[in-house]
Amino acid sequence: MGMTLTEKIMASHSGKPTVQPGETINMRLDMVMANELSARLTFDILEQWNVEKVFDPDKVILIPDHFTPNKDILSAKITKVVREFAHRHKIKHYYEQGRAGIEHAVIAEKGLVFPGETLIGGDSHTCTSGALGAFATGVGSTDIAAALLTGEIWMRVPPTIKIEYQGKPGKYIYGKDLIIHTLSQLGTSFATYKAIEYGGDSLRYLAITDRLTMANMAIEAGGKNGIFEVDDVTIGYLKRTSRYLEKPQDIIKLRADKDADYENSFMLDISGLEPQVAFPFSPGNGHPISDAKDIKIDQVVIGTCTNGWFEDMKLAASVLKGRQIHPHVRVIVIPGSVAIQQRCIKEGLAEIFIDSGCVFSTSTCGPCIGGHMGVLGPDEVCVSTTNRNFVGRMGDKTSKSYLVNPAIAAASAIAGQIMHPDNL
Amino acid sequence: MEIKGKVFKYGDDINTDVIMPGRWCHLFKSEDLKRHCLEDLDKNFAGNVKVGDLIVAGDNFGCGSSREVAPLSIKSCGVSAIIAKSYARIFYRNAINIGLPIFESLEAVAAIENGHEVSVDMAAGKIINHTIGRDFTFIPFPEFMRDILSQGGIKDYVLSRLK
Repeated sequence: MGMTLTEKIMASHSGKPTVQPGETINMRLDMVMANELSARLTFDILEQWNVEKVFDPDKVILIPDHFTPNKDILSAKITKVVREFAHRHKIKHYYEQGRAGIEHAVIAEKGLVFPGETLIGGDSHTCTSGALGAFATGVGSTDIAAALLTGEIWMRVPPTIKIEYQGKPGKYIYGKDLIIHTLSQLGTSFATYKAIEYGGDSLRYLAITDRLTMANMAIEAGGKNGIFEVDDVTIGYLKRTSRYLEKPQDIIKLRADKDADYENSFMLDISGLEPQVAFPFSPGNGHPISDAKDIKIDQVVIGTCTNGWFEDMKLAASVLKGRQIHPHVRVIVIPGSVAIQQRCIKEGLAEIFIDSGCVFSTSTCGPCIGGHMGVLGPDEVCVSTTNRNFVGRMGDKTSKSYLVNPAIAAASAIAGQIMHPDNL
Repeated sequence: MEIKGKVFKYGDDINTDVIMPGRWCHLFKSEDLKRHCLEDLDKNFAGNVKVGDLIVAGDNFGCGSSREVAPLSIKSCGVSAIIAKSYARIFYRNAINIGLPIFESLEAVAAIENGHEVSVDMAAGKIINHTIGRDFTFIPFPEFMRDILSQGGIKDYVLSRLK
């Protein structure tokens, strides 16, 4: 019996010719990542265990991105501990505030994980790297502590669910719409303890950044990971990473075996699909935009790890260009990384954002987790390109968030209510 | 710790944002975390919960963020166990890793109401509802996880791998 993408990677990282779903393995890790919040608890755990050691300082990524630039004294204390740990252990991939960006974007654009490699991260959206054919999953701080010490993690080999998209996506349909539609059709726990393998003919109409958005939200389906096969689109993206210039041989064209065993397969036809809006309070509460009538808004967030890619910035700017944000609305634009931010400046997008009345921010997770840089007040309504809209997620527990793609977010910002760009 | 106490019952999809809101995720010490546990879901929980009490909930408990401060805040409040229909995967791992017992039982969840007195006999594999005088079995843990739980968390396992 052949293997799925996830099974192939797990087998190659546990010294076995094959693995079976349900089997428990010790999986070797190519990279271990934490942000300042998960890392701080990890270091506290290591202190309680009375051991401080790093299995390989070149295979550890530490990125303070959640409450940075430090939102308060407590955050400053936390990033200080993380910075000192990174320096003490000569962590190769420690990236200071303002020098790299949001963890998942940085990992992708620097090529820190390549196809067929393994990554665990102290952040649930670590699964983003599955877009590039890697096995990537989020874990808690204790697992990060264990991985820092040993370079491995115990894992149950998950059964794989295949989701195939067919049909040509219409205008203003992106990866965000496909994943919200998927969650609305299959629910927010259909992939719990399972691997998702995305595929299908529709992918050839979409960019790598659409795949990154879809892999990012695999966790919203409960997935252990969400992965794509490696094709020319993947390789085109990887060739832009600095790692490719040094080690082009690291790219492998990972594909699932033809006779791989899937626990379940779903085919979703996306021809005729409208842009999707996930209503409060679940990413699974997706509706076509035509259902979103007269929903007045106070704030718009465009960017972050889900939709902060350059293509997303370009899309939002194309809608905002020459227009003004609605007077009752504030807009916060957050590119996923410093490199994307610089490109926005060079290519004139920053000017479009600022001219139309947006806040153009440095990379941070801030507003997505109700931390800082755009926290919602009581009863406020937000349209956001982020990944979650749970009660209290982005601020006060009476606030509400609607999740959309960047074009819908930009059009809504101008209209002052949820709006399709064609209706502006 | 003995698993015996009063039940706080909640519904499906209790996510980690309502268990420990993002705005408090820079806290990591037990005494700080327990004050905010479940505050966006049940503002009276942290004040009313007593050592030994249990949380009972529906499907997909702990979905969302990987923040370990979510199960840690529950443990810090003195909660002795969670019984749910099912768990999100990262929460499940985190709870086992920190030694917070969590059980799956559709029947028990259906028959337990808010305020019931419940205990769990780990050795016998039973959940006992003292208020209505019925007991239920729970889905047994794989052996590997049972070992971790019996050692109060994953520490010993990890340190043994270092030798």
